[in-house]
Amino acid sequence: MATDVRQYLRLEAPPMPFCPGCGDRILLRLILTAIDELKINMDDMLFVSGIGCAAWIPSPHFNADTLHTLHGRAIAFATGAKLFNPKLKVMVISGDGDLADIGGNHLIHAARRNIDLTVICANNMVYGQTGGQVAATAAKGVLTATTTAGNYYRPFDLCKLVNAAGATYAARYSVTQPTLLISSIKKALQTEGFSFIEVISPCPTQFGRRNRLDTPKDTFKFFEDKLITKEDAEGLSPQELENRIITGEFSNGSS
Amino acid sequence: MVLKEMKSTLPPGSYYFSGNEAAAEGAIAAQCGYYAGYPITPSSELMHRIAARFRETGAVFMQMEDELASICSIIGASWAGARAMTATSGPGFSLMQEAISYAIMTETPIVIVDIQRVGPSTGQATRPGGGDMMQAKWGSHGDREVIAISPWSVQEMYDQTINAFNLAERYRVPVILLSDEAIAHLRERIEVRERITIFNRRKEKGAPPFGAGDDGVPPMPAFGEGEKLLVTASTHTEYGLRKTNDPLVQAKLASRLHYKIVNKREEIIEYEHYHVEDAEVVVIAYGFTARSSLFAVERLRQEGKKVGMIRLKTIWPFADRLIRNLGAKVKKVFVPEMNIGQMAGEIMKYAPCDVISFSQTNGEVIHPYTIMEQLERLL
Repeated sequence: MATDVRQYLRLEAPPMPFCPGCGDRILLRLILTAIDELKINMDDMLFVSGIGCAAWIPSPHFNADTLHTLHGRAIAFATGAKLFNPKLKVMVISGDGDLADIGGNHLIHAARRNIDLTVICANNMVYGQTGGQVAATAAKGVLTATTTAGNYYRPFDLCKLVNAAGATYAARYSVTQPTLLISSIKKALQTEGFSFIEVISPCPTQFGRRNRLDTPKDTFKFFEDKLITKEDAEGLSPQELENRIITGEFSNGSS
Repeated sequence: MVLKEMKSTLPPGSYYFSGNEAAAEGAIAAQCGYYAGYPITPSSELMHRIAARFRETGAVFMQMEDELASICSIIGASWAGARAMTATSGPGFSLMQEAISYAIMTETPIVIVDIQRVGPSTGQATRPGGGDMMQAKWGSHGDREVIAISPWSVQEMYDQTINAFNLAERYRVPVILLSDEAIAHLRERIEVRERITIFNRRKEKGAPPFGAGDDGVPPMPAFGEGEKLLVTASTHTEYGLRKTNDPLVQAKLASRLHYKIVNKREEIIEYEHYHVEDAEVVVIAYGFTARSSLFAVERLRQEGKKVGMIRLKTIWPFADRLIRNLGAKVKKVFVPEMNIGQMAGEIMKYAPCDVISFSQTNGEVIHPYTIMEQLERLL
């Protein structure tokens, strides 16, 4: 039976702002399901977010301490709160533009310091809230408000990035893989040290329509077709893996 | 009780400190629990002392990856319950402006020490300047009120850092210690008293964390206390819920953030006056320049010249009533500054008399004889 996550929501908050078909609403539910399964008391949690659609997942909807911060700086705010009060269980939830573009420096430094934070990065390849401009995570060739002839540059591989910087746990899953994603969020929450999950969270409104993906279903299919597990990707050439999204755990150390 | 008297962390007595070291000791005395910073000349020695001394006191020190991270992390720590501080200089202070605005909007108590150096931009990193006076007030978008203090001695680097923490906690606002290279690198003797007074954060379970409270300043809860806080710098209700298209909520919040400081300015503002009673010309000075000015004024008084001085200890909120009353009594005021008339412009807004601005932005402190010369022309 599906978990009733309403007990973790701030019911006096206004209705959720997510567009029809937004991956972030699914992600919201999966994060709360993981928290429920771990029986974490929401009073022990602090949710920190930056600016953007995904930053609105915890703020104001999670019924816990929430800190909605400046664009790009969520991890820096979270670092101060965590270091002063290590009893707080701190989760950062924000988008790819927020965490990897404007906030990229804080991301790699928090991974390097291996600060005990869990960072959930909702990746939709664009800046959804400001009109669908290209993000540093966008696949080559995709159409966005600012790449009308197709994205010219390579995307960041965020898991490789934080791993190279020293994160304890890194993983990538799509909201279309709910069971794997819930178990990954649980692992991240139980990890001591820096844990990072890149979540493929499709944006039909800003990304889909510019790429001739007429319905949310088409947008989801666009991303699903790119997914390949880490195991299946083994042995494939870089050419074969171009424009694929590899899912799985990419951790340093034991896990 | 919100005001608490406590033993100073240093044994009472005389110490020989630089301004930077004294500010670090002031922060420790004020129970600073979290400091984050990024290296920048001429403020770095402050961070060095914090890094070494926090190992003894158990407070948390972090050298962050840049000034953006430094100030954002102290805001996070402040909401986790810390008295929190950073220090920097002009270029770093510029980088911090967006987050200062965030701290104002979220009513987060923080202390920022700005050791001013001469600009614009990189300028002369090891030379003093006064170019951040207006940046402290208007450095980010939106109408914003802060408290800014200008120390003129190493003693005041210690005392006013303690005061800065108390004001930040009392008014839930960023407090900026607007010092400069000359004071930060000056070494002189200071007296550490046995007891100091600390303002403890007011708490009230369940009270709106962004409400008007009794006097415009709400109590300040912390993360981890079960209050389920909503903290956002988007326009918000008294419980922190975003209301980004309600004109009434915006108007009410912006107005309270302004008036909670401006209406209390007579409580906040400190100044000193010297020989003002019968003066025809009065020097208005602050920071290191006030030392040179006082020397010049005392010399001219010995010669029987009717000259006086006001020293602004508080820069923001501005001492508008003081200046208005003074301007009504004297013929001229003379404002020497290590910038091109930043505070002189503010004084002109209120003083109903001649305001003569004297600027020196060559990276040198203004010599007492320079001020004497200028004053002799005016008398």
